[in-house]
Amino acid sequence: MTRFVLGRIGFYTLIAVLLAFFTVPLLWLVTAPFTSDPTYEVRVPDFTWDNFAALLEHPYALPSLWNSVVLSAGTAVLVVIFAALAAYALSRVRLPGRDALLYALLLLSSIITGTAAMVPLFQLAVELNLIDSQFGLILILTGGLLPAAIFMLKDFMDSTPKSYEESARVFGASPLQIVRDVVVPLVRPGLATIAVWAVANVWGNFLMPYLLLSDVEKQPAAVITYTLYTEGGQANLSMLSTFGLLYSIPVVLMYLFVSKKYGFRFHGGIKR
Amino acid sequence: MAAIELRGLTKVYPGGVRALDALDLVIPDGEFFALLGPSGCGKTTLLRTIAGLETATGGAVVIGDRDVTGVQPGARDVAMVFQDYALFPHMDVTDNIAYPLRIKKVSKNDRRDKAAEVGARLGLEHLMDRRPGQLSGGQQQRVALARVMATQAQAFLFDEPLSNLDARLRLEARTFLKKLQRELGVTTVFVTHDQAEALAMADRMAVMESGHIRQIGTPAEVFQRPANTFVAGFIGSTPMNLLDGVVRGDTLEVAGCKVAVPAAAEGRLSDGGKIVYGVRPEYMTYSAEPADGALGGKVSIVENLGASHLVTLDVNDVNVQAVVPEGSEPAVGDDGYALPRRDRALVYLDGELV
Repeated sequence: MTRFVLGRIGFYTLIAVLLAFFTVPLLWLVTAPFTSDPTYEVRVPDFTWDNFAALLEHPYALPSLWNSVVLSAGTAVLVVIFAALAAYALSRVRLPGRDALLYALLLLSSIITGTAAMVPLFQLAVELNLIDSQFGLILILTGGLLPAAIFMLKDFMDSTPKSYEESARVFGASPLQIVRDVVVPLVRPGLATIAVWAVANVWGNFLMPYLLLSDVEKQPAAVITYTLYTEGGQANLSMLSTFGLLYSIPVVLMYLFVSKKYGFRFHGGIKR
Repeated sequence: MAAIELRGLTKVYPGGVRALDALDLVIPDGEFFALLGPSGCGKTTLLRTIAGLETATGGAVVIGDRDVTGVQPGARDVAMVFQDYALFPHMDVTDNIAYPLRIKKVSKNDRRDKAAEVGARLGLEHLMDRRPGQLSGGQQQRVALARVMATQAQAFLFDEPLSNLDARLRLEARTFLKKLQRELGVTTVFVTHDQAEALAMADRMAVMESGHIRQIGTPAEVFQRPANTFVAGFIGSTPMNLLDGVVRGDTLEVAGCKVAVPAAAEGRLSDGGKIVYGVRPEYMTYSAEPADGALGGKVSIVENLGASHLVTLDVNDVNVQAVVPEGSEPAVGDDGYALPRRDRALVYLDGELV
């Protein structure tokens, strides 16, 4: 009996330590912005809005959040559209070597936005006049995310019965009507998952925008965070914490919204 | 409404599987036609080829006066009910029924009116706002039928329309479908693997085996005079007795017993020829006393069929089955004699009916 109780106590202590390990940084994130002179400690805040006022005066902070929204939303839209069409085609048309193609794409995709392709991508962007362009960056990010997105969506498409589409076909629906009226509504949870995943990916991406956008007015929040120093070259903790809080809120809200509306699932569409 | 005609229809799948082999078939206008066969016989492929979901490798599909062999499914003016009904789960009943009209660009109000009208006809009035997931199997089937009716197509195609229903509901739906088809008078082809379903519903039926049609006829014709041993073995809730035999003058020697030559085969058999003697258990008269021309043996199994019993006799190591009315069933181990009805017994020579 005592052994059982001791075991339980030990177990919960371990859990508590683990939880604290993850909670303390989060606590810092929500308290530091409201503290007048934040350090690396978690302290009871004195509820000042000064840090927010200072951030508002920063010329690039708030616009950079908007840039992040533009980049991630633009990428998500392109990824969802192209991945849906490609996944539908790959799921419904029998091609020799189709699975090999998918796996090759998936493998290569980690290279496209990975460090190995940095120089060629940079050169390509320069040649195509897409350097320092948000649109160019969106295209490159889309290219990097598409293979994995196609791979995930194909699974959704595979698990939707063909009879729905065939039924619509016999009624005379064109392929585009079938996609719009039948396929898209059926795989909507999959599309939502892909969209959120793409947004989260772009939102946190530092390297690509840092390399491809030189104009500070076009840079997203992830890059601007890197510039928040004091005159002395020290990390500006009041600005960093405040900006960090604002930077994380949209992603949290998005997860809550989409999870409530569609529910997250990483497997296919229909309960049979 | 239109007749359906198939001329030399052939479907070969990549890989060489011959699913349909030069089929010829005419289904007259307004007929309720069943395609029956074991799984893999090509019946569903045939239905899908009529619908245009499969492209024919050779031959022609003619609906009405129009050769539609190369025409897209949507332009063939047929409507299809799928085995799983294929009701769109994200649309309510009204939108599901109205979907074919939406494709035809009928205005929203007319669509809703038509859906309400057809829905009411099938007793779906109170369900029009529900999603398919909130309906029972029987209700889903009626929505699928309503959707097909709303198209006002020339012909209806049903793929295993009853197989997704519970056994009891299936009988109800069978009667309902037959009545509905009669009222609408639309040429309807349905696929089934259940011979009882085909016999019960169809005006005429085709029995298929590995891409070939083995017999076409009314249910009565197919049940009473199966054209070959395949059809004979496939049709009937209790399988037909198919016994090897030899012609001995004007009698037949079957399972060591002498039986009379069936009426239909009289004078058409040559002495000493090998035949297969076929008689349904329902067309046997059972008695405990020996009779002339009866198959006699020991009762090995008695199966209860409800209002009757299926008795299996061991006749010189050959199983012979007879249906015995309730009350007069024998006990296992008794001696029994089964006398075939001469006007219902059949003789097959090389697998074909004589």
